[in-house]
Amino acid sequence: MFNNFFHKMASPKYFYRIAGSLIPWLAGACLLFTLAGLYYGLYLAPPDYQQGESYRIMFIHVPAAWMSMFVYVVMAGAGAIGLVWRIKLAEIMVISSAPIGASFTFLALVSGSLWGKPMWGAWWVWDARLTAELILLFLYLGIIALHGAIEDRRTAARAVAILTLVGVINIPIIHFSVEWWNTLHQGPTVTRFDKPAIHISMLIPLLLMAVAFKLYYAFVVLMRARCELLERESNAGWVRELVESK
Amino acid sequence: MTPKRRQRVLLIAVMVIGVGIAAGFALNAFNENLMFFYTPSKVVAGEAPAGHLIRVGGLVTKDSVKRQQDGLTVVFDITDNAETIQVQYTGILPDLFREGQGIVAHGRLQGDRMFVADEVLAKHDENYMPPEVADALKTAHEAGVAGKAAATN
Repeated sequence: MFNNFFHKMASPKYFYRIAGSLIPWLAGACLLFTLAGLYYGLYLAPPDYQQGESYRIMFIHVPAAWMSMFVYVVMAGAGAIGLVWRIKLAEIMVISSAPIGASFTFLALVSGSLWGKPMWGAWWVWDARLTAELILLFLYLGIIALHGAIEDRRTAARAVAILTLVGVINIPIIHFSVEWWNTLHQGPTVTRFDKPAIHISMLIPLLLMAVAFKLYYAFVVLMRARCELLERESNAGWVRELVESK
Repeated sequence: MTPKRRQRVLLIAVMVIGVGIAAGFALNAFNENLMFFYTPSKVVAGEAPAGHLIRVGGLVTKDSVKRQQDGLTVVFDITDNAETIQVQYTGILPDLFREGQGIVAHGRLQGDRMFVADEVLAKHDENYMPPEVADALKTAHEAGVAGKAAATN
């Protein structure tokens, strides 16, 4: 049954239809979670004992940083599947995810910088965590550029998949940087084996925002993938049928 | 899985593991350079280069912050609970600078345990809680310490 499902999902025509019907639901859920998360985070959650009100930038910064790594791992997984099985949809997922991942990384860096100035006293420092995250941004930009530089889409997809897999080593480096080296950035609060070092009234809005960011990624990547699919398959029978039926 | 696909999986695995090992060696070689700051213990042990611009980090010792006559120069001790060094800094301190708080100072060593800083950054910890909870924890801690002291007396 699973095999059947994956075979169906890998068929461009079927994927195009399913993705199209999923997008409004995912977008609606994203909006709900964002509103709930922002209301809870900016209004209901108490100020922090040390950082006062400024800690609230966490509700954007932390989900953005998580997503910057999550999207990359998804891309690496899809890239590997694309390389081994030569599934067109996996290749499309990689390149459709890249600009979204780059945006999340940029958002994490900018919001972190805005947080760093009032708390640490500096917009930017070259510590291991910040530098590794900046390298992640360059990886994303490199992937986008490499894809744009190669005309043939299948060749481009393979080159991009290899670059993505080479860069995946940066993900554990980002995550463990604060434990392996002395950094100005503090250690992990939620993603650790111990219980989270954050009060429940602040953890709930953080998780709401994390879900909202995941949903945002889900519906935007589906939209981009559909578009990319139409461009690639513009000569296929099902696309012509689709155009003619409108 | 066809033999061709198995071969591709193997190639990908070899590539990812190879890059991982290479990155591991490289980061290990640069380990010292990747440290953002030296701890007071390292400074006292002579591992920090004298005369060079470096960073030191630690907790500001309780009751050690002294302001000089000019109103801008501050002298305080930082510790990693093993060794202590003294830091002198002229300028505006970040909001989070407090006794007991972690800081990172950028500057030069002068002598064994004296550090002249041109920049002081505050380091905050990974704990987030409302002020009431922090107060309650502090009260409970103080009560516990007082209780222990009473029990030993």
